[in-house]
Amino acid sequence: MTRSFRTGEGGRIDRSKPIGFTFDGKTYAGFAGDTLASALLANGVRLVARSFKYHRPRGIFSAGAEEPNALVRVGDGARALPNTRATQVELYEGLAAYSQNNWPSLRFDAGAAANLFSRLLPAGFYYKTFMRPKRMWQWYERRIRRAAGMGRAPDAPDPDLYDKRHAHCDVLIVGGGPAGLSAALAAGQTGARVILADEQSEFGGTLLGETGKLGGASAADWAADAVAELSAMPEVRLLPRATVFGYYDHNHLGIAERVADHLPAPTAGTPRQRLWKVRAKQVVLAAGSHERPLVFADNDRPGIMLAGAARSYLNRYGVRAGSRVLIFTNNDSAYPLAVDLAAAGGDVAAVVDLRPAASQHPAAWRMDELKIEVLRGYAVAGTKGRLRLKSATVMALNADGNEVAGGAREIACDAIAMSGGWSPAVHLFSQSRGALEYDEVLAAFVPGRAVQATRSAGACNGSFDLHRCFLEGFDAGKAAAADAGFTAEDEQRPLPAATQAKPGPVRMINPVPSIRPVGQGPKHFVDFQNDVTAADIGLAAREGYASVEHTKRYTTTGMGTDQGKTSSLNALGLLADQLALAIPDVGATTFRPPYTPVTFGALAGRDIGELYAPLRRTPMQRWHEDAGAAFEDVGQWKRPFYYPRRSETKEQAVRREVLAVRNSVGILDASTLGKIDIKGPDAAALLDWIYTNDWARLGVGRCRYGVMCREDGMVLDDGVTARLGEEHFLMHTTSGNAERVSAWLEEWLQTEWPAMRARCTVVTEHYATVAVAGPNARRLLAALAAGIDLGIDMGNAAFPHMSVREGVVAGIPARVFRVSYTGELSYEINVKARHGLTLWRALLTAGERFGVMPFGTEAMHVLRAEKGYIMVGQETDGTVTPLDLGMERAISTRKDFLGKRSLSRADMTKPDRKQLVGLLTEDPDDVLPEGAHIVAEQPGKPPLQAQGHVTSSYYSPTLGRSIALALLRGGRGQLGRQVFVPREDCGSSAATVVDPAFYDPKGVRLHG
Amino acid sequence: MLRIPCPFCGPRDESEFAYGGEAHIARPENSWTLSDGDWADYVFMRTNPKGRHAERWRHSHGCGRWFNALRDTATHEIVATYRIGEPTPTGRR
Repeated sequence: MTRSFRTGEGGRIDRSKPIGFTFDGKTYAGFAGDTLASALLANGVRLVARSFKYHRPRGIFSAGAEEPNALVRVGDGARALPNTRATQVELYEGLAAYSQNNWPSLRFDAGAAANLFSRLLPAGFYYKTFMRPKRMWQWYERRIRRAAGMGRAPDAPDPDLYDKRHAHCDVLIVGGGPAGLSAALAAGQTGARVILADEQSEFGGTLLGETGKLGGASAADWAADAVAELSAMPEVRLLPRATVFGYYDHNHLGIAERVADHLPAPTAGTPRQRLWKVRAKQVVLAAGSHERPLVFADNDRPGIMLAGAARSYLNRYGVRAGSRVLIFTNNDSAYPLAVDLAAAGGDVAAVVDLRPAASQHPAAWRMDELKIEVLRGYAVAGTKGRLRLKSATVMALNADGNEVAGGAREIACDAIAMSGGWSPAVHLFSQSRGALEYDEVLAAFVPGRAVQATRSAGACNGSFDLHRCFLEGFDAGKAAAADAGFTAEDEQRPLPAATQAKPGPVRMINPVPSIRPVGQGPKHFVDFQNDVTAADIGLAAREGYASVEHTKRYTTTGMGTDQGKTSSLNALGLLADQLALAIPDVGATTFRPPYTPVTFGALAGRDIGELYAPLRRTPMQRWHEDAGAAFEDVGQWKRPFYYPRRSETKEQAVRREVLAVRNSVGILDASTLGKIDIKGPDAAALLDWIYTNDWARLGVGRCRYGVMCREDGMVLDDGVTARLGEEHFLMHTTSGNAERVSAWLEEWLQTEWPAMRARCTVVTEHYATVAVAGPNARRLLAALAAGIDLGIDMGNAAFPHMSVREGVVAGIPARVFRVSYTGELSYEINVKARHGLTLWRALLTAGERFGVMPFGTEAMHVLRAEKGYIMVGQETDGTVTPLDLGMERAISTRKDFLGKRSLSRADMTKPDRKQLVGLLTEDPDDVLPEGAHIVAEQPGKPPLQAQGHVTSSYYSPTLGRSIALALLRGGRGQLGRQVFVPREDCGSSAATVVDPAFYDPKGVRLHG
Repeated sequence: MLRIPCPFCGPRDESEFAYGGEAHIARPENSWTLSDGDWADYVFMRTNPKGRHAERWRHSHGCGRWFNALRDTATHEIVATYRIGEPTPTGRR
C-alpha cells in the first residue's frame, strides 16, 4: 500500500529537496516541484475524496485547473482554504491537507449509504421529493447541504493581507505554454508593454511534460530559454501563479495572483494573493485545452484519470499513475503516454482504442516494437475495485459502436488513463462574448468571430499540434502588437522546428456501452464533481428538458466549482443524442467568470474593516468620542446618536437631552448638513426652478424652507436656503445628500439651461455648524456673540426667525442663521471648519449656567417629530409628493418648477393617496414599531388591507406619551378616526389619527 | 467595466462616471399646456433600443461635466462621445 510510484529519475522535481507534508493527519514525503496531487500519487495514495452526492470513493482525475474530484482543504484555522484543487497546490514543508465531504473518515464514510439508494436520487430529486410541505424546505435544505460536499469555511478572520493592482498594457497574453511564450516573444520584441500570465508556478505549459526534442534541446529547456529572453525585455511583465479568471467589457480582465499560497505563510509585508485588474489594448488567448473523460461504466474509481494527466505526472513529476496502466482512448493523443510509460519501465496493460482503424500517429506505430497490446474497436465495459481500481472488463464493440459483443476479458490494472478527446479552453473567449463554432473533426467548440480585440492561438484555438501552436502564437503576438501600434524593426523568429503529427480523428461514443443498459447497474459519470450520470441526462431529456440551459440546471451538470471543464461537451453530446439533434443545434451553455474560483480575500483586497467605506468626520468628532457618545451612521458620516452618562440607558439619555432643549438649551453638531454655495446673476432663477416655492423676492439676509421634487413630482430633498447677497445663496441639504443635490443642480444647469449664469459648489466640509436650541439659546449666544444684534433689547425684529447675520462668536468670525428644526428658539452657527471644536467648547463653557446639554441625532429626531417636521428618507421614500405631506402652501402657483406638472396628474390628486398624519396610541406607553402597517378595522384573519404605514415613532418626553408619524390612505380626511396597527407579538394596537404637529402647533416657541 | 472617453478628460474607467439615461429629450417648454399623456411620455417613456443609443453620462468622479455618448447597448461599444448641444455624430438610429 505504501510503495512508491516515483520513477527512478527524470521529471522537473528536485530530488535533492525532500518535503514533508500531511494528508488527513498522516505524514508523507514529496519533493520540491511537486503538487499535492503528484506527491499523493507518488506515495500511492489513490483515495483522496468522496463524491458530492453518492459519497463514492474518488481519486485524482487530472493534473490541472479542471480537477473535479481532488478538492481538499489546505491549512488549519484562520488560514484554511477549503475546496482547493490538489492538482494546483504546490507542496511546501509542513503543508497540511484534509479530505472533505466524509464522516467519520475518508475510508469509512457513512454518507456512502447514499450510493445504495441512488436509484431514489435521480436528477432533480430535490425538486420532486422535498416539495411538500412547502414550509419544510428550509429544514430539508439545511440537511441536504450538510450531506452534500462543500468545504467548511475557516472559523476565524483571515490574518493575511490581500492586495489589488490596476494595470494597463498593450498586449495581455493568457497562458505561458508553447503558443503563449511564442506570442510573448513576438509582441515583446516590438517594444510593446506585454503582460504574460500563467496559472502555474513555472512557464512552459505542456512543454514541461513533453518528451520530444525541439531543435536539439528538450522542450522544457526551450521554454526556460524563452522565459530568460522575455525576462530581459524591459516592457514585458511575467506573472506566474496568476489565473486570468474573467474577461469583461472593453478588454478589462481580472487576474488572481497567488503570491504566497506556495509558502507556509506570507513573508512579512507581502500579500497572500493579489487581484489584478488589467486593461489591455489587445489580448492573446493561449489558454490550452482540457482533456475529456470517456463516459463508461464505473468510470470514477480511484485510479482512473485522464491520459494527458497521467503523462504529465510521469514526465513532469516523475510519478507513474499506477503499477499497471490500461490506456483507453477514442483518439491518437493517448499513444505517446504508452511510449513514455514503456520508456520509464512502466507496465502498460493494453491500449483499448474505440476506433476500429489503426492509428496513424507515430507513437502508435511503436506499439508492436514495445510489445504493447492494442485492442482496436474495443471498449472498457466496466471496472472493479472499491477504494482503488483492481481491474477492467474489456469487450469488443459492434460495428455501430452502440453495443458490446463477444466475450468479456478481465484485465488487471490499478490505473486507467483515458482520453475522450480535447476541448479547447474557450472559457475566456466566450466570456468576451465571442461566438463559438463546433468543429466536427475535433468534436469540440472552437473560437469563432471575436467581439473584442482578442485573438486565440494554439490549443485553445483548436490547434493541437505543437508546430501550429508555435506559429499561431507568434503570429497572434505580432499582430496584436501591431494593432496596438508596435512593430519590430528587426524581426526575430526564434521558433523551434517541432515535429509532431496532426491529431487523428476522434470517435465519439457517448456513453460507452456496457453489458447492462445505461441507468441500470453501474454508473456512467459525466460530471464527476456533481455526480451527474449519463442516465441523469437521459432522464432530463425524457422529462422534457430540451434546452441545454435547463438541462444544466435540472441535473446540475457543470454547476460545480469546476464549471464543467471536463463534462460540458460530453453532457451536450448525450443531450443531443437524446433529442436526435446535432451538437451545434443544441448549443453550448454560456461561460461565465470566474474560470476557477477566486477567494473572497482577493476580491475584497484591502477594502475591509475601516477601509470598507470612507468615513466622514466633523471637526468635533474627537470631542464626541471622548464624551462617550453612541454613534449613528448617516450616509458616510458617523453622528453622535446620544451621549449616555454613566449607567444611563438610551431612553434615559434621550429623555434628558430632549428635556434640556425644551426647558433650557442644548447644542447639536450639525456640521454634516449639506451645504451648497450658489452664486451668479441667475442664482435666484435657478432656485425658482429647483424648489417648489418662490425665491425671487426673498430679501438679502433672509432664509426660506424649500422642498425640491424630481420631474415625477416626488420629494427629492428639503432644507433651508439663505440669501447672503443679491446673487449669492447658501443652500442646506439633508445630511449626506449634498452630493446628490449638487449633481441634480449640475444636471439641469449643464444639460437643459446652459445659458443660466449660476455656479454651484459643495462647501459642506468648509464649515463646522453648531445648532443652539432652547428657550435660553439667545441668552447663551449673547454671552459669546459680538457685532450681531440678537434683539435682546429691541425684540425679535432685529434678528427674526428665518434670517441670517454675520459677526463674531467666541472670537471667531461666524455666520449665524436663526432657523429651527426642534420647534424651539434656535440658531445655527457656521464657522470655518478648523474653528469648530473651539466654538463647541466655548458654547459648553458659556452655557454651564444654563445647564447646556449636547444632544444627539435621536433627541433631534424626537424633537422634530414632536413638531411634525418631516425627515426626507423617513417620511418620504420616492413615492411621496409635497401634497401628500400637506405642503400645499409651499407649492407656488406663480411659476413652473421641476415636478410641478406631475403634481396635477390625475394620480397625484386622488383623495386616497397616502398622506402624512400623526398617530396617538390608545396606550400612551405603547411605542409603535416604525414600518408597521396600518389597517382600518380591528384585525381578524389575514389577509388584511394595509391602509398605510408608520414612518417615525418615538416616546415623547415632552408630552409624556408615545407619538408616531404615518402615511395613511386619505389620512387628512380621517382626523379623529381610530385605526389599528397589527403587532407581531400581541394582537394589535389601537391609535387615533391626529394632526402631525403634536407640540406647539402654532409655532409660538420658535418665534419667542 | 466599460472604458469611456470623456470629451474633456480622455478615456477613463466606467466607475468614474454616472449614467444619465437617454439623451436629446428636451424639457417641454410649456409643461402646463401638455396633456397628462404627453407629460408622462416626457417623464417616463424611453426608447430602450437594442443597438445604438444616444445617452447622457456624467464624469462625476472626474471633471463633473455632462456629455453624450453613442453606445451600442448590445455590444457595449462606445461609438462616440460628444458635448452637450452637439449633434449626434453618426445620426440617431
